[in-house]
Amino acid sequence: MIHFLQTLIDALSLGSLYALAALGIGLLFGIMRLINFAHGDFVALSAYALILPSTDVVSTLFIGSLSWPLLIAAILTFGVVVALLSNFAVFRRMRTASPQNLMVVSFALGYVIQNLIMTVYGARPKALGLWSSLTQVIDVGGLRVPLLQLVTIGVTAGLLLGLLLFMRKTPFGIQMRAAADDFRMARFLGVRADFVIALSFAISGLLAGVVSLLFVVQTGVLAPTMASDIIIFAFIATVVGGMGSLPGAVLGGLLVGAASSLLQAYLPDGIRAFRDVFVFLFVIALLLVRPSGIIRLKQFEERV
Amino acid sequence: MTEMTIRVVLVVGLYIFIGNSGILSFGHVSFMSIGAYAFVWISCCTLPALKPLYLPGLPIVLQETALPSPAGIAAAAALAGGSALVIGSILMRLSGTAASIATFSLLAGQYALFRNWTGVTGGTSSLANVPVFMTSAIGTLLAIGAVLIAWLHHQSRFGLMLRAARDEQTASKASGVNVWLVRTIAFGLSGLIMGVGGAMQAGFLGIVTVDAFYLDVTFLTLAMLIVGGSGSLSGAVVGVIALTAVTEMLRRFEVGIHLGDTLLALPRGFQEVGLGIVMILVMILRPAGIMNGRELTVGHFRLKR
Repeated sequence: MIHFLQTLIDALSLGSLYALAALGIGLLFGIMRLINFAHGDFVALSAYALILPSTDVVSTLFIGSLSWPLLIAAILTFGVVVALLSNFAVFRRMRTASPQNLMVVSFALGYVIQNLIMTVYGARPKALGLWSSLTQVIDVGGLRVPLLQLVTIGVTAGLLLGLLLFMRKTPFGIQMRAAADDFRMARFLGVRADFVIALSFAISGLLAGVVSLLFVVQTGVLAPTMASDIIIFAFIATVVGGMGSLPGAVLGGLLVGAASSLLQAYLPDGIRAFRDVFVFLFVIALLLVRPSGIIRLKQFEERV
Repeated sequence: MTEMTIRVVLVVGLYIFIGNSGILSFGHVSFMSIGAYAFVWISCCTLPALKPLYLPGLPIVLQETALPSPAGIAAAAALAGGSALVIGSILMRLSGTAASIATFSLLAGQYALFRNWTGVTGGTSSLANVPVFMTSAIGTLLAIGAVLIAWLHHQSRFGLMLRAARDEQTASKASGVNVWLVRTIAFGLSGLIMGVGGAMQAGFLGIVTVDAFYLDVTFLTLAMLIVGGSGSLSGAVVGVIALTAVTEMLRRFEVGIHLGDTLLALPRGFQEVGLGIVMILVMILRPAGIMNGRELTVGHFRLKR
């Protein structure tokens, strides 16, 4: 029982991380049909902002040396700025492009960012101890849980609640939902396209910043490709949950995280190394049963 | 030059599926990987002790054989083509974005499998001493073969039906096109060509690692296809030539050019950054690629639209 509960918390915290990343991707897909392959590189770039640019193996803290409220604010702002910049430099010019071209461009942008990181910071992974007090294990009624997992779950729950309120109650959120529903109609009714898209990029960048902080504290390592695993799972999560649906992205993230943790815990030793293979098989199987994901949105169904 | 012929094979392989079906696939490098390892399993190694030593999980028969390279290439084509046919028959029940993401899932899954299947693939360590058979003549021959196959497929009724399904899925279904079948055939055929490309890569470098067949190659080959223009076979070939030229140029700049006494050099890593930027620019300025869906024509010789 204890083992099961521990696995459940593992699953929930990994799922939360995937859900946050999936939400950042799903938001942009909902509004501009962009599958943003560069999202992982937004995450990596935000994490690298913690240290001074140099190719040395030892990292010197930069933003990372600030006190924690400032640090969080600075990294989140950084994430937002990166996302907005890429919108202004690249995606703004591709408003009328097909989803396929957008996908390719985001792939290219991610490649550029990743290689810029390698040029500036060097390709080798760097150790970075940030908030190591969070990684300590606390004892809750016989359950031994790393504090960080609880923080991750808490932060995710808080952010989701905040985002939900934002989308439902504020005029900006309502405009965003309208644009996701029917972009052309929303524009006719006075929603400013540039503003709504910039806003969704900003929120997506904010989420990337949160993911980068949680992930760096958890792993203690910086690497140019550090986020690629999370992002692969996040993509899959958005598709499994249902493209373009935000609750779907969250659900998909939790599901993929849970599948991954449960397989890790309950697969026999000999084939545990193949865990990811099973996760991907599970995803393909799920897509075959429900090609448009768990939550099906009518605006993405093909109409004849 | 030899490297370019490999890229032509790979990108033409991608074109057979992506160009004709209009579905972006991120998973084709998986078949390249399968092809490269099939080549190792059949044709490696020059030292008789190498395979049993590094790959103890292989069947004994395979451990003791080291057939000449053509047999290895044939095996690569057969294994990659066969697995692409099976996987394609499953994945092609999906369409559009779901299919693209499923191929992405395929790539990640295959990568995870080969990385951990240590007894058969060597896992994370690289396999060296693979017989090197590639010369620019052999490469050119294989590249011409790949283009010819792509052309034959393009002209065949399967190619035509596939493009019909790309342009107007519902209408093509109504006209009696079995969309699933034509897509699966193209997927299998393009997987086969990718497998040959993988064997060529193995026989060119003499080294095979799992990491060599992941996101970087996926990006590079897709970039070439799309920059050239995924709408036409000429686009695929032109894309390879154009991007190879660009990377070569950037590589020169990275080494540095002498201007009087000063050495002008771009920072390292600029090659990749430049490649990405070129790709973004092409997509913004010319969304359908350099060839814009047209074919190069020589006299009256013309491909069907």
